[in-house]
Amino acid sequence: MRRVRAAAVGAVTLSLVLSAAACGGGSNGGGSNEQPKTLTYWASNQGASIEVDKKVLQPELDKFEKETGIKVKLEVVPWGDLLNRILTATTSGQGPDVLNIGNTWSASLQSTGALLPWDAKNFEAIGGKDRFIDSALGSTGVQAQDPAAVPLYSMTYALYYNKKMFKDAGITKPPTTWDELIATGKKLTKGDKAAIGVEGSNLSNNIHQVFVLGKQHGADFFSPDGKADFTSDGAVAAVKQYVDLMAAHKIVAPGNAEYAQNQSLSDFAKNKTAMVLWQTASATFKAQGMNEDEWGVAPAPVPSGKPGTGKQTNSMVAGINMAVFKNTKNMDGALKFVKFMTSDEEQVVLNKAYGSIPPVKTAQQDPTFSGPALTVLRETLSTSATALPQVPEESQFETVVGTAVKELFADAAAGRPVTTESVRAKLEKAQQQMPKK
Amino acid sequence: MTETVITPPSERTARKAAPGEAPAPRRSGRRRIALPYLLLLPALLLELLVHLVPMLMGITMSFRELTQFYIRNWSEAPWSGLDNFSVAIDFDAPVGQALLKSFLTTCLFTVLSVGLCWLLGTSAAIFLQENFRGRGFLRTLFLVPYALPVYAAVITWAFMFQRDNGIINHVLHDQLGIGDSPAFWLIGDNSFWALLIVSVWKGWPFAFLTVMAGLQNIPRDMYEAAALDGAGVWKQIRHITLPSLRSVNQVLVLVLFLWTFNDFNTPFVLFGKAAPEAADLISLHIYQSSFQTWNFGTGSAMSVLLLLFLLLVTGVYLLLTTRGRKTSDA
Amino acid sequence: MAAPRSFLWTRRIFLTLLTAFVVLPVYVMISSSLKPLEDVSGKFEWIPSGLTLRPYVDIWETVPLADYFVNSIVVAGAATVFSVIVAIFAAYAVSRYSFRGKRAFTVTVLSTQMFPGILFLLPLFLIYVNIGNATGIALFGSREGLILTYLTFSLPFSIWMLTGYFDSIPRELDEAAKVDGCGPIKALFRVIIPAATPGIVAVAIYAFMTAWGEVLFASVMTNDTTRTLAVGLQGYATQNDVYWNQVMAASLVVSVPVVVGFLLLQRYLVAGLTAGAVK
Repeated sequence: MRRVRAAAVGAVTLSLVLSAAACGGGSNGGGSNEQPKTLTYWASNQGASIEVDKKVLQPELDKFEKETGIKVKLEVVPWGDLLNRILTATTSGQGPDVLNIGNTWSASLQSTGALLPWDAKNFEAIGGKDRFIDSALGSTGVQAQDPAAVPLYSMTYALYYNKKMFKDAGITKPPTTWDELIATGKKLTKGDKAAIGVEGSNLSNNIHQVFVLGKQHGADFFSPDGKADFTSDGAVAAVKQYVDLMAAHKIVAPGNAEYAQNQSLSDFAKNKTAMVLWQTASATFKAQGMNEDEWGVAPAPVPSGKPGTGKQTNSMVAGINMAVFKNTKNMDGALKFVKFMTSDEEQVVLNKAYGSIPPVKTAQQDPTFSGPALTVLRETLSTSATALPQVPEESQFETVVGTAVKELFADAAAGRPVTTESVRAKLEKAQQQMPKK
Repeated sequence: MTETVITPPSERTARKAAPGEAPAPRRSGRRRIALPYLLLLPALLLELLVHLVPMLMGITMSFRELTQFYIRNWSEAPWSGLDNFSVAIDFDAPVGQALLKSFLTTCLFTVLSVGLCWLLGTSAAIFLQENFRGRGFLRTLFLVPYALPVYAAVITWAFMFQRDNGIINHVLHDQLGIGDSPAFWLIGDNSFWALLIVSVWKGWPFAFLTVMAGLQNIPRDMYEAAALDGAGVWKQIRHITLPSLRSVNQVLVLVLFLWTFNDFNTPFVLFGKAAPEAADLISLHIYQSSFQTWNFGTGSAMSVLLLLFLLLVTGVYLLLTTRGRKTSDA
Repeated sequence: MAAPRSFLWTRRIFLTLLTAFVVLPVYVMISSSLKPLEDVSGKFEWIPSGLTLRPYVDIWETVPLADYFVNSIVVAGAATVFSVIVAIFAAYAVSRYSFRGKRAFTVTVLSTQMFPGILFLLPLFLIYVNIGNATGIALFGSREGLILTYLTFSLPFSIWMLTGYFDSIPRELDEAAKVDGCGPIKALFRVIIPAATPGIVAVAIYAFMTAWGEVLFASVMTNDTTRTLAVGLQGYATQNDVYWNQVMAASLVVSVPVVVGFLLLQRYLVAGLTAGAVK
């Protein structure tokens, strides 16, 4: 035993020496221009696959290199890895110069202090803050602070409906209110056909949906001073309303409770599900063998039937932001690159390729974005979309509340009752899991 | 490990070394003594670099308030004493409760999975010991689950366990008519069994491989002698095969245990980032408590608790099995 | 030795059921890999209604599968070779020598098998980064770093297992070799290693598979040029869609060489049997 102890003491000493040496981590705050000729760029996976993304992005990066002489090393990071990679990059200081982040992570990542704040001067370097639309800027960090990122691609939710199934059920127009949606839904739900699809096990999707419903009930999931507030009457009602599509109204097939990989879209393409609330689903429908004239897009339902702000919100602001790591060794080049990627020309090319909406006002004017589907998304973005809470705890919120909704769907699918009390209990538990302040 | 030391023949007459005692230095003294250490050195250095030092750093993390606000430079994260630990083991609060539940689930899961893996592996190895037609084919086939990349294997099972489109419900519900409506496997209570099935499917070939290698060290004349004495196949298995596997089993069961208990890949691929409550294994739970909620301090504290538990179990296990073996050897 | 009926029947039934259990997912993989995407994402059919080889063509386009495959083979292969070599030396020392600190060594090494990966993922990452900054040796994001990491994952078990095997080899054998004039290292290579072939092969397979399937560390410690299959295959589940048929096709394609490798190694396992019978 004595030898074991001796070995342990030795190891501890060594580790302390090493960790003292190692803790330099991501310090030395500011960036520099030590390596003005290269940039590393982490792009998120936007297209049908990583290879497709490379094919979309590489020509643009070549163009950038021609203009500026800066070589951009591209890595497309799969969604499942992106946040972990960013976190480890943050911890170690070994990261890319420029990267894409899910815009809902903005405030959380901002709080780590690893991202370059976009103050007036930096915004000036890329042509000014006014070039971006307000709703997209609303999802770039905590309100009172300089944004941690700039919007790159924007998306919103809309109601996609299957024209054949609507026609077969004798329905002529898509529902605009929730009451209408439920009434239409009852007509559409027959046998193995269901009215609307949900992704019950997809935490982020759950959050996006209940957040919007929360807005419609006048509830936010965070108090104005940034504290978690999951159990307000409005929040409980919102979650219950969403789960009730399956639990009470039975217009969602029970199997959807386990969906997390866009299975509801393939059900839609197979004429098994008549509606989905989705962001830019067109590429997936096409991959599933659906023609463009087989589906329609309408604004997501709101209580009054007319989308707007406040209680008539019908989408969260979805999308991708572009951020710069503070300790980049090519600060000027990074800014130039962001400027390039948010330029009118590139915005049109890239958003067209990915089926998203440019968050840059002037680029939105391009005729590419005036087709029927994109018009709905574009109008939603500018008139009736609200950003998710811009608080540092946003990512925890997605995890704990998203899980609560997932568990409620599992209850509903198993035939267990979903009541106001059971919803409140789940949300209470979620709230207690949030970090104490 | 048996500690019997065979003394070099040259010394046999001189003195008898007691077990565990270092042999007396010999002519080329210094080099002799240094040799075992030299042989161990690479292993030791590697373990130190990749396991021990990082682990000690991990333990220091558990005493810090390491949230997203500090990960960028965690040497500056405030010390929080035992706060992370008290959060983790406060079983009246939801975080502690969830951890405890996850821990118990993992224990049950591990016992079942290791038991089944061992049973299937040992049986298959014994049944394949004798030559018969198709033996080579089966032996290869049985290693297939082990040869598939974990992601591929588990995602296939996830595909099979789908409620509406999966093969499992197609067979159970559509073809055999079990249950009023198709069951859920990936959410709800059944998810525990789904996880167990995948884990056994993936894990048993390892037991098979190990036992198979172990069987080859049993001298054939032992069987022949037993056969001459009139012992049948079953008797031979009971009295020769199984006892001979003792030392292999000691290692195998322990490794399967540690491996299953810490398994992260299977639940992560099968369920994604949020496992259903019934199948919330501790590794995924800790992952969620650190990476998903960006609270690495609490996550580390949970890991440290887990580590202490595993050290305890392993210690007790080794003590029991080694003592058992010593008495049976004597 | 004529086995009794009860034995033969038990064996037959057991092996049949076990085969069914093992084969079922493999069948699902094969049949799904031959279906068009619309069919795979629909109700399961035992006999595919529409057959296509398209997924086998598409897999190379969707993700750079060949690169990932090469990375995996290099990483797992190198980790295995080094791990087995290091383990053989260590096990030889533990099995054949008695020295101060032996017990401390075995206990320490064994205990590392218990570390939850989550606990040392971030610290290890930091250490690699700092080694890189200090010496210019790129461990993080490189194949070398991953090899180094994986070889230690399998090391504790390999050492332990091999010690057991070496213990079971009669000491008279290597003592005899020493009497014949072999040094200890020569005796290891001449006598011990040949006699322990089945154990070494089993340990090598274990080391290889540990490295081959690891997901957590690979997802953080690799970039797109060094990504391994274990994480690379996830590329078929994109933001928009899961290409089930391609996942299955790709998994099959990359598994074939490994299964073939197993097949070849089996012969050494069998050869080990004869070697073991020398005693």
